[in-house]
Amino acid sequence: MALLNVNDLHVYYGSIHAIKGVSFEVNEGEIVTLIGANGAGKSTTLNTVAGLLKPRSGEVTLNGKSLIGTPAHKMVSEGMALCPEGRRIFQQLTVRENLEMGAYTGDGSTLSSDLDKVYELFPRLKERYKQVAGTLSGGEQQMLAMGRALMSKPRILMLDEPSMGLAPILVEQIFETIKHLNSQGTTILLVEQNAQMALSVATRGYVLETGRVVTSGTGKELLHNDSVRKAYLGG
Amino acid sequence: MLSYFINGISLGSVYAIIALGYTMVYGIAKMLNFAHGDVIMIGGYMAFCSSAYLGWPVIPSVLFAIVVCTMLGIVIERLAYKPLRDASSLAVLITAIGVSYFLQNAALLIWSSNPKAFPNMVNLPGIVIGDIQISSVAIVTIIACIVIMIALTAFTTRTKLGKAMRAVSEDKGAAQLMGINVNATISMTFAIGSGLAAIAGVLLCSAYPTLMPTTGAMPGIKAFTAAVFGGIGSIPGAMLGGILLGIIEIFAKAYISTQLSDAIVFAVLIIVLIVKPTGLLGKKQAEKV
Repeated sequence: MALLNVNDLHVYYGSIHAIKGVSFEVNEGEIVTLIGANGAGKSTTLNTVAGLLKPRSGEVTLNGKSLIGTPAHKMVSEGMALCPEGRRIFQQLTVRENLEMGAYTGDGSTLSSDLDKVYELFPRLKERYKQVAGTLSGGEQQMLAMGRALMSKPRILMLDEPSMGLAPILVEQIFETIKHLNSQGTTILLVEQNAQMALSVATRGYVLETGRVVTSGTGKELLHNDSVRKAYLGG
Repeated sequence: MLSYFINGISLGSVYAIIALGYTMVYGIAKMLNFAHGDVIMIGGYMAFCSSAYLGWPVIPSVLFAIVVCTMLGIVIERLAYKPLRDASSLAVLITAIGVSYFLQNAALLIWSSNPKAFPNMVNLPGIVIGDIQISSVAIVTIIACIVIMIALTAFTTRTKLGKAMRAVSEDKGAAQLMGINVNATISMTFAIGSGLAAIAGVLLCSAYPTLMPTTGAMPGIKAFTAAVFGGIGSIPGAMLGGILLGIIEIFAKAYISTQLSDAIVFAVLIIVLIVKPTGLLGKKQAEKV
């Protein structure tokens, strides 16, 4: 059975029908990516899965447990962490305080070893742990946002546009980190506009268009799919 | 001169304690809780009733006032503001003014408009240095203000809940994603602010011992001014703004005119806001994309 199962999800913004019956699943150990153009409903889907938005109908189950109606702040304890679009780190808190917030639901007994793990992954954060997060560069802020999400030791890590606004070399680095995390056993659900990069690391992918899944397949299949190439990979 | 200065700091300390309530609630709920001044008044009445009618000693009366106001703060937030969490800020503002009138009129109904003589809660001898006399109320007020400042700073920078409070004030959605219960955090902020209002009420009534249903209104507005003056949303700003406001007010009363003192206080506010719109310690939110 899939770790995360999303079935026939419908989400409205007021009277606008944003998500029109999206279904997908993420198995343990996979990197699954949702790709699509601006406004296709990728972030909306992710935010709904994370509990920030309430769906009109549909089913979200994590490890067999239904999560519909679970408030967003209880999702972390269910084993889900979302690293949101635009990073949304706490600018006025220090790097370390941001990471501590990531471990908010923990009892604090593993805090220092979890911090060490994140610092090992992103040594830059260790150098700057006392610094106020708002003073970090864009790339460092993305590392902090990912590190913060990892502090809760999620079973599934959801990343919303981690490459947004970053220089190509940093994008490479972020995707290396994603692969590394996955190889260490973290299941990843990745939303990206950078379809090329996303598909090249993904086990499987789903293509969203105006609130619907139009194509799905393995990362390789989608990379070589003609219509996907035309629409998202520049021919 | 020095005694004016100390009186100013003492009055300013009361403003600062009240201003903390405004600024914390603003920081976290992005709303101006205009009923805050009236919670001070309720705090005063609670301490008055428990000591004058029930004959309780000072400490239990003060604790009683704090407990009642803390609960009142939670109830007000729950009943009046929480249903409006997603409403326009204007709707929330008008509701806050409504709550303020509600509390004043409830007090009018219960205790009538006759001023009550507030018992002296700080019954200690004052200090005499040379030819300067400092009342014990002034000293206790200043000490209380310092203790509260240190405690709040420690709370927001050292404890998990305090850091979560800062996280919520910055980004509620992201805080939720961390597993922080935003509603509970907002509730807690109202509780702390209202508890501080009770302390301010007791100190204020000890210094100016007439208690009426409108007692909290003017200090409430002045403390709100102090919070804006120092930079709303900033805890050290509320402290600084409160104390400066108190000093300015006392000096204006002493050297310029008693009648004009309030006008001078507000004139200073206007000048500060023209020169530095975010207040003395207010930060401009820089957005990084």
